Amino acid sequence: MSLREDISANATLAPQRPWQRFIVAEDVWRRCTRELGAGNATLLGYWSDGEAVHMAITAPEGDSGQPGEPFVVSLPCPDGRFPSVGALHPPALRLERTIRDMFGLMPLGLQDKRPWLDHGRWGVQYPLGERGSALADGYPYTFLPAEGPPMHQIPVGPVHAGIIEPGHFRFTANGETVVRLEERLGYVHKGIESLMLGAPIAHAAKLAGRVSGDSTVAYGIAFARAVESAVDVDVPPRAIWLRAVMAELERIANHLGDIGAICNDAAFSLMLAHCGALRERVLRTSDACFGHRLMMDRVVPGGVACDLDADGAAAIRSLINEIRRQFPELVELYDNTTSLQDRTVTTGILNPGLAQQYGAGGYIGRASGRSFDARRWPGYAPYSELPFEVPTRTAGDVDARVWIRIEEVYQSLGLLEHLLESLPPGRVLARVDAANRGPREGIALAEGFRGDILVWVRIAEDGTIARCHLRDPSWFQWPLLEAAIEGNIVADFPLINKSFNCSYSGHDL
Amino acid sequence: MRKLLFKNLLRRSLTEPRPPTDDAMLAELAERLEASARRVLGRSLSIREVDAGSCNGCELEIHALNNVYYDLERFGLRFVASPRHADVLLVTGPVTKNMREALERTYNATPDPKWVVAVGDCAVDGGLFAGSYACVGGVSQVIPVDLHIRGCPPSPVALLQGLIALVESKQVAGAE
Repeated sequence: MSLREDISANATLAPQRPWQRFIVAEDVWRRCTRELGAGNATLLGYWSDGEAVHMAITAPEGDSGQPGEPFVVSLPCPDGRFPSVGALHPPALRLERTIRDMFGLMPLGLQDKRPWLDHGRWGVQYPLGERGSALADGYPYTFLPAEGPPMHQIPVGPVHAGIIEPGHFRFTANGETVVRLEERLGYVHKGIESLMLGAPIAHAAKLAGRVSGDSTVAYGIAFARAVESAVDVDVPPRAIWLRAVMAELERIANHLGDIGAICNDAAFSLMLAHCGALRERVLRTSDACFGHRLMMDRVVPGGVACDLDADGAAAIRSLINEIRRQFPELVELYDNTTSLQDRTVTTGILNPGLAQQYGAGGYIGRASGRSFDARRWPGYAPYSELPFEVPTRTAGDVDARVWIRIEEVYQSLGLLEHLLESLPPGRVLARVDAANRGPREGIALAEGFRGDILVWVRIAEDGTIARCHLRDPSWFQWPLLEAAIEGNIVADFPLINKSFNCSYSGHDL
Repeated sequence: MRKLLFKNLLRRSLTEPRPPTDDAMLAELAERLEASARRVLGRSLSIREVDAGSCNGCELEIHALNNVYYDLERFGLRFVASPRHADVLLVTGPVTKNMREALERTYNATPDPKWVVAVGDCAVDGGLFAGSYACVGGVSQVIPVDLHIRGCPPSPVALLQGLIALVESKQVAGAE
């Protein structure tokens, strides 16, 4: 019997769709934790609503060992405490520290007492729970020690040297070699989940679209699908197709930008110039077709906010042709430049076991053998009707992460062609009737360029947002950067970091 | 690689002509800039970008300024790695409380004369994030701002217009 079936036998079902949510007792919660720790299940998300803690899990089902339908287990914590998951399953650590920071619920058995997103600057403690008095202003944060021969520390950030987001990296180095890297994040915490409380759905969708600006379409899709599941919206097929068109344009644009930027961090600026020009063409086409270069606020609950006319479709076709013409030359350039390969091959290797344990998505997981892609599994429309491959590699180095991106650009181009060919006619927006429907909950995964985004939403009786949780793929990728850098030289960090390209804003919320 | 470089020699440049400057921006700048400071730097500015809590959308468009279509450096504007090398701070985001001190310290590390350009709707007044327990709400709440470039995010053309206006109003005033 699978873990899900086992749990469903003696648990209460909550009104959540499309995945089941089980309200469980402490022993079942502990069992799930053990299964996660033993590697028999993968953690997809871990959050709280103030009254209970929730874990989204998937475990293999049946003889094939294929991942079973994801489900959520919820443990009510009336006395403000719950058994720690992070103590047995490290991928849960930072999420658990965040639950403590946000709600004041205490994970029992968690060794790490340090706050995570709360830097003691908010003027309030536990902003989403029963608010307490604030932490001391800018309390000192103790980084984990590294012991051994004389070593030095290199503090970097939060303000970095490039045009990038803020975060702090603490390196402990032995000469040039990195012995330990510890990240400290939370600098761009904006309190998005608190701003969503009581917000009308349309406003909350705008906030969701600004969790991580580079993935605004993917967040839009994840949020919209969660809401639509909760309140039963029949989204017009044309809208579903147009969402996928936007999502693939977003993926191509980001991958092109990343490929150029990774090569630039290896001092090969020619690639950045060419990839940058191609990326700009994608953004301009997006602007011409959908009226916004990053396509912000174009995906809305119920459908999409704008239609694609014949000129728009022609513009996307001509963009596809242009990329198909120019991109192979750049790939060849990457493949044949030994000085560049010298920097990327065998640099920053992420061990496949860790990728699996952390459930790392996107190019990070796929470059280390984990073939997870939310478009394929659990899957969502329209991808089940479209042919595409999910590229995987096993080397796990910077080079492999570049190649996954290259292959995904080609896959997305193919998807765009299919999408345009099979674009259904009809309207693009359905009415979202959320008020007076009773307590409703929805959950959805959507595949952004960086990996799978999870959104869970609870809609109140009056149709506003009662609670919402948005889990960026970076939660399960940032910790792996600390592992991938180990034993590399400090000078390779920018390159490795860029090849991960985790989101700060998406993580910090 | 040689083939690719050779092709580039033959094909037309992708770089586009400069956009016209925006009168409203010039007016905002004329009020802020001091003539004495304007004379110091000539027609060249070093820019340090500071993300004070943006969603990364503004950063993507600021990045685009360096691509061949916009080619920011032809206007004498370039991005530098340290505030100590900078004349201009380009600040994005609603200024999260967790970034406030870092922004203040970056500002203090920038030598005078210096200008601050707040980029994006969040940087004006907190935008969608205004009112959050975690945001200060607007760059001018923390450091003095000389120019606002609105948009969510502002397009590279809007950014260029703003930055060119900054260089030119300095130049005009410097000639006085």
